[in-house]
Amino acid sequence: MLLIPCPHCGNRPELEFRYAGEAHIARPADPSTTSDQEWAEYLYFRSNPKGLHIERWRHVSGCARFFNCVRDTVSDKILKTYPAGQPKPDLAELVKEAGQ
Amino acid sequence: MSLTLRAKRSGRVDRTKPLSFTFDGKTYRGFEGDTLASALLANGVHLMGRSFKYHRPRGVITAGSDEPNALVSVGSGARHTPNLRAPQVELYDGLVAKSQNAWPSLSFDVGAINNFLSPLFVAGFYYKTFMWPNVAWKKLYEPIIRRAAGLGTASSEPDPDHYSTRFAHCDVLVVGSGPAGLSAALSAARTGARVILCDEQAEFGGSLLSELHATVDGKPAAQWVEEAVAELKALAGTVTLLPRTQAFGYFAQNFLGLVERVTDHLATPDPKLPRDRLWQVRAKEVVIAAGAHERPMVFPDNDRPGIMLADAARTYANRYGVRPGGRAVVATAHDSAYQAALDLKAAGVSIELIADLRKEANGPLPMAARAAGIRVETGMAITGSTGRLRVNAALVSKLGTDGEEAIPCDLILMCGGWTPSVHLFSQSRGKLVFDDARQVFIPGESAQAERSAGACKGSETLAQAFEDGFAAGLDAAAKAGCAQGKATQVKLAGVLDAHGGFLGAVPHPHDAGRVKAFVDYQNDVTAKDIKLATREGMRSIEHVKRYTTTGMATDQGKLSNMNALAIAAEALGKPIPAVGLTTFRQPYTPISFGAMANHSRGDLFDPVRKTATHAWAEAQGAVFEDVGLWKRAWYFPHAGEDMHAAVLRECKTVRDSAGVFDASTLGKIEVVGPDAAEFMNILYTNPWSKLEVGRCRYGLMLNEAGFVMDDGVVGRIAEDRFHVTTTTGGAPRVLNHMEDYLQTEFPNLKVALTSTTEQYSVVAVQGPNARKIIAPLIDGIDISNEAMPHMSVRLGKICGVPTRLFRMSFTGELGFEVNVPADYGQAIWEAIWAEAQKYEACAYGTETMHVLRAEKGYIIVGQETDGTVTPNDLGLDWAIGKAKPDFVGKRSLTRPDLVKADRKQLVGLLTVEPQTVLEEGAQITLIGNPPAGTSALGHVTSSYQSAVLGRSFALAIVSAGRARMGETLYVPMPDGPIAVTVTDPVFYDKEGAKLHV
Repeated sequence: MLLIPCPHCGNRPELEFRYAGEAHIARPADPSTTSDQEWAEYLYFRSNPKGLHIERWRHVSGCARFFNCVRDTVSDKILKTYPAGQPKPDLAELVKEAGQ
Repeated sequence: MSLTLRAKRSGRVDRTKPLSFTFDGKTYRGFEGDTLASALLANGVHLMGRSFKYHRPRGVITAGSDEPNALVSVGSGARHTPNLRAPQVELYDGLVAKSQNAWPSLSFDVGAINNFLSPLFVAGFYYKTFMWPNVAWKKLYEPIIRRAAGLGTASSEPDPDHYSTRFAHCDVLVVGSGPAGLSAALSAARTGARVILCDEQAEFGGSLLSELHATVDGKPAAQWVEEAVAELKALAGTVTLLPRTQAFGYFAQNFLGLVERVTDHLATPDPKLPRDRLWQVRAKEVVIAAGAHERPMVFPDNDRPGIMLADAARTYANRYGVRPGGRAVVATAHDSAYQAALDLKAAGVSIELIADLRKEANGPLPMAARAAGIRVETGMAITGSTGRLRVNAALVSKLGTDGEEAIPCDLILMCGGWTPSVHLFSQSRGKLVFDDARQVFIPGESAQAERSAGACKGSETLAQAFEDGFAAGLDAAAKAGCAQGKATQVKLAGVLDAHGGFLGAVPHPHDAGRVKAFVDYQNDVTAKDIKLATREGMRSIEHVKRYTTTGMATDQGKLSNMNALAIAAEALGKPIPAVGLTTFRQPYTPISFGAMANHSRGDLFDPVRKTATHAWAEAQGAVFEDVGLWKRAWYFPHAGEDMHAAVLRECKTVRDSAGVFDASTLGKIEVVGPDAAEFMNILYTNPWSKLEVGRCRYGLMLNEAGFVMDDGVVGRIAEDRFHVTTTTGGAPRVLNHMEDYLQTEFPNLKVALTSTTEQYSVVAVQGPNARKIIAPLIDGIDISNEAMPHMSVRLGKICGVPTRLFRMSFTGELGFEVNVPADYGQAIWEAIWAEAQKYEACAYGTETMHVLRAEKGYIIVGQETDGTVTPNDLGLDWAIGKAKPDFVGKRSLTRPDLVKADRKQLVGLLTVEPQTVLEEGAQITLIGNPPAGTSALGHVTSSYQSAVLGRSFALAIVSAGRARMGETLYVPMPDGPIAVTVTDPVFYDKEGAKLHV
């Protein structure tokens, strides 16, 4: 069972969380102006990387808040979590920090 | 049988405490401290099981948890436990054990015919044989194979024991309590670290418990162990000692699973104790001190009872005081077997010969053996054995010659070397590296906060094991943030170092196609099978493994993996690391389902949610159905009624007079705040800004892809407050969806969301007499049709209790839904029920609710919808706020796929034969007997017998259904197609006149 550091509550067991898909996929401000292709990409296209993945989790059985998490999909290592709404972290920087 | 096979030394067995036990119905005696295997050996019993595939007689081969042969069933009735490893079963008085996979008896097993049919059972035989005809596999071959090839059978009775679980945190977890593990635990504990030490055996000490001559700091090894354990015990505040505890899995972030066997070794356990205790340990640092597995030698007929691993025999002699035989031949490629030979000789076993496969053996141990007068031959291979239920001779052959010598014996000891136990390290995702010099895989780079110590790291000597252990304990404690400890050293004496090893199949002069040299005992895989797999094109060891099943038994290939790999590598002409190693999986040894399921069974398997009227409904004889976790009253049968009759009566009563229904399980969410209406505008398709306070609206929720996700009636309680209802099963999903948009897409909106599902009890009163029933109970609300029209909500009191009174209908009749605080639910229900009886109204359940709503063509999300249905498909375009610039799902509604003319649309279906009730889920086609491969036009979503229509009716989604009104379609069924007519989905009161009375 993973320990997930909720940015609001600290380390908590995976059981308390619910996964919520890839992060930083903003809903278009005015969906009516998007093309079918753009809208389909927003709805369905995800990066699915092998390696670092920025994803959303919700601490559903805790503070109930959504937050973002950088996780390595190979090792399951969590490099960083941060509140929803904050900008995407520099992944290269994170890897460097983790290496030290 | 008398106990003549006990050695002079009693080892760690207490000969003052005799125990009685049975094996296959025969009574034997053993002593406290024995295992089932040691006690049987002391009684001269080597034959303990039959092999998996060929039913060959097999004896115990190891003295530990890696045992592949001696799998037995212990206990009887509900406590009958199959597939236990005899060397791990602790003896207690009255223990009942049985052999497995043999019929009618272990010594005469009919299944042994498989041994002669073995050409049929070559590698991949499942893939090659029984391929045709297809149907025969399931009905004929599989059941026969399953019966013939197998392990013990599990009890079919419910498990009478209970299991417990514990979460634990520590600075240092030490797995294994041999020399390395004990010293690691000591050095870590001395720094003040919180330490957990676990070992799969009943006693701590590991290999030290089998040492006769070694002294540590001048003390006999066993005494050193005793003192070390005493020191750890004295630190009870910080040190947890877990004997009989298997570390079975190493998971992410230093999370390890351990199972402690609490009562299996007791004759009469305290019923309060759990049978197993599951420990879920989060360790800051881990020391793996799992030791090494002695490797068998792969030679023809290397599986007869009486053939065992050399060091296992040494353990039986030294630790349990058992002579496993009278005359032994030792076949080895490693010095450690010489120590076994010397110790067994001291225990009274005659050593006829040590046949060493190596050209030379001049280490201190071989020299000591020669000095003791034992015949030692180097460059000599063991090439076979004879005997039926017990070995009676070993065949040996000088390398490079064809001559074979038969040496009579009743015991063959073999040692192909030692395989470090890297299972846990590998599970932790650490990388293994191949040590060419010693031909072993050893731990390389760590992936987690762990380190290995002792034999599992590849260390070969006792001195190195101690050194590793002390260093690992210090390192782990320091990394866990504990105090720096002092380096410790011990002085060893009386130990001779051992080296050597051999991988693969031993060369022999026999026809390789005709002999069985077992690599994997538990799954009956031979060297021949592995070579065959490579000839048939398997290149990766993962393929060889699956094709031959080598290493796939419950022993996880502890003894066999390296030999299998070496044979495959040789056959493929590649170096071992190039062929690769198979994945090590959890659990390390089998653990009980009970430990895994733990408390989550019976009543505790899942929570049960009951409404406030549950007890009342039960008393009325209601039949319940599960809806999610809820228990809901399904129907209320009167005496003599079946479900069909009860539902028809309930439906008719509601339409004629009235019915009372518990709707409390519907999800309820309070949406509050200055931006509540704007938030509702985004989350639901409907327009909310202009909805007046005190009015309700049917709300439709889509996901962003434009598909219907949920629905429910929403009441506006105040300008800034909405009472939202959801489907019963959808409540958590809807709240999560709302929170998602509120927190991440529209965080600027000032809205708070609160689940109020369990705060309200909801009593629905539906039918022409509904108003008359509640009127005498209501305070402060004018419930006349004029003052409180259909789809409105009022605040007031009922029987003095505050209520949110909704006028709404899911039946098509005049209806009210009384929301009261849940604590008053039963009282208000009973008050309403008393009034309802004056009008001969009924209580009705979910089935009647389903029928009545279907007669009106009202959908149920999840029944008429399946996650691919749009509002237009359901004819719900009227629920969409066309003027709204945006709502969740709006953009998707104009995607090309969602506006296609042939989309499946909600329609009604009437069978041509009016009493035929269609099956829900049945497919709908254009013609009665379509050819195979024809796509269905749609499917039946709801289907019932209707009281008011006097016939059956159904709802369905059908491709371009609204353009097919009056068309005849077919529902093909096994008994022939059923003709149906497509109709409007509203069957009752199309104009809705009955809602507005």
